[in-house]
Amino acid sequence: MRLWVIQRVTAMWLAFAVLVHLVTILAAVQGGLSAAEILDRTRGSLGWLGFYAAFALAAGLHGAIGLRAVAAEWLGWRGKRLDAAWVAIGLLTAGFGISAAYGLYAA
Amino acid sequence: MQDRSEPAPTGAVLQVDVWRGDASGGELRRYQVPARENQTVLDVVTHIQREIEPDLAYRFACRVGMCGSCAMVVNGRARWTCRTHVKKVAADGVLELRPLANLPVIRDLATDMAPFFDKWARARGTFQPKDAPDGAVPAEFHVVPPSSPKRQAADAGIECIGCGVCYASCDIVAWNPDYLGPAALNRAWTLVNDVRDGARQPRLDAVKGDAGCHACHSTQSCTERCPKGLDPSGAVAGLKRTLFWNVFGWDR
Repeated sequence: MRLWVIQRVTAMWLAFAVLVHLVTILAAVQGGLSAAEILDRTRGSLGWLGFYAAFALAAGLHGAIGLRAVAAEWLGWRGKRLDAAWVAIGLLTAGFGISAAYGLYAA
Repeated sequence: MQDRSEPAPTGAVLQVDVWRGDASGGELRRYQVPARENQTVLDVVTHIQREIEPDLAYRFACRVGMCGSCAMVVNGRARWTCRTHVKKVAADGVLELRPLANLPVIRDLATDMAPFFDKWARARGTFQPKDAPDGAVPAEFHVVPPSSPKRQAADAGIECIGCGVCYASCDIVAWNPDYLGPAALNRAWTLVNDVRDGARQPRLDAVKGDAGCHACHSTQSCTERCPKGLDPSGAVAGLKRTLFWNVFGWDR
């Protein structure tokens, strides 16, 4: 049940974060910002780092929990060991996103 | 398909394909039954058993939509057969009858309902009265106003007759045989809302998790097909909502 609660809470956060993400992309493209100009804004910005780290963590967990349910229902993949694997996959996915966000922060 | 019917009677005739077999497998067999202006699907099955093939196994009791015994899959859809008129479901004069899905078949149209009711027990579907000191009657028993929100929520699901139509229509039960299913969860939600019941928390604990309400995807076949017009899907949503706040220590 905790997984379900995590799923719901990350979904709420993702709904907001995806909007912010898309609006930011549109705004950046409209304004004709170059890659260097974007890096100028993200470098050293704790706000963007925090936002994208939380975004990546939520996406990783949300995706892994969802895939776990699909695998259980469609493939019959169930059990504690697989659960541990899903947690690992979720954290790994989140880790990629967080390291990318950190890259922009520390660039 | 084998034709084991009696000679076609004069007048309009229904073509009825009935699944015959047992746990090891079976096949559809075609029977011809006189069509009448007013007849239910159960009337048709009874005609086949009494007039054509006496060894046809099926189950019924009250014939008036109270007992929940006669549910079958009629033309691909689970229904209570005693209150399903043939002309409503077989416009072209062809009926296909199969045993309820998601349950083990005993023989022909009779399924073993034991797994279905075992899950009611697992979901703690029995009323467990609140206790009071010294054998007194608990305060909640004195007056339960029918108009109170809690009682209305309990009344919303209380008319379940346990026919198994929702259970046979549920995709999640088909995918996850451990899933408690809509009827058991509807029953649990009814009791969770009963102010006289003393087992709220153990019941909430019994219905959570991958085999409980959290497995539901809210596809709502149960609500769509419930012959009593109940809303098991809404009951599952209610359980999820209550359990969500429960995680944070709020009982609402």
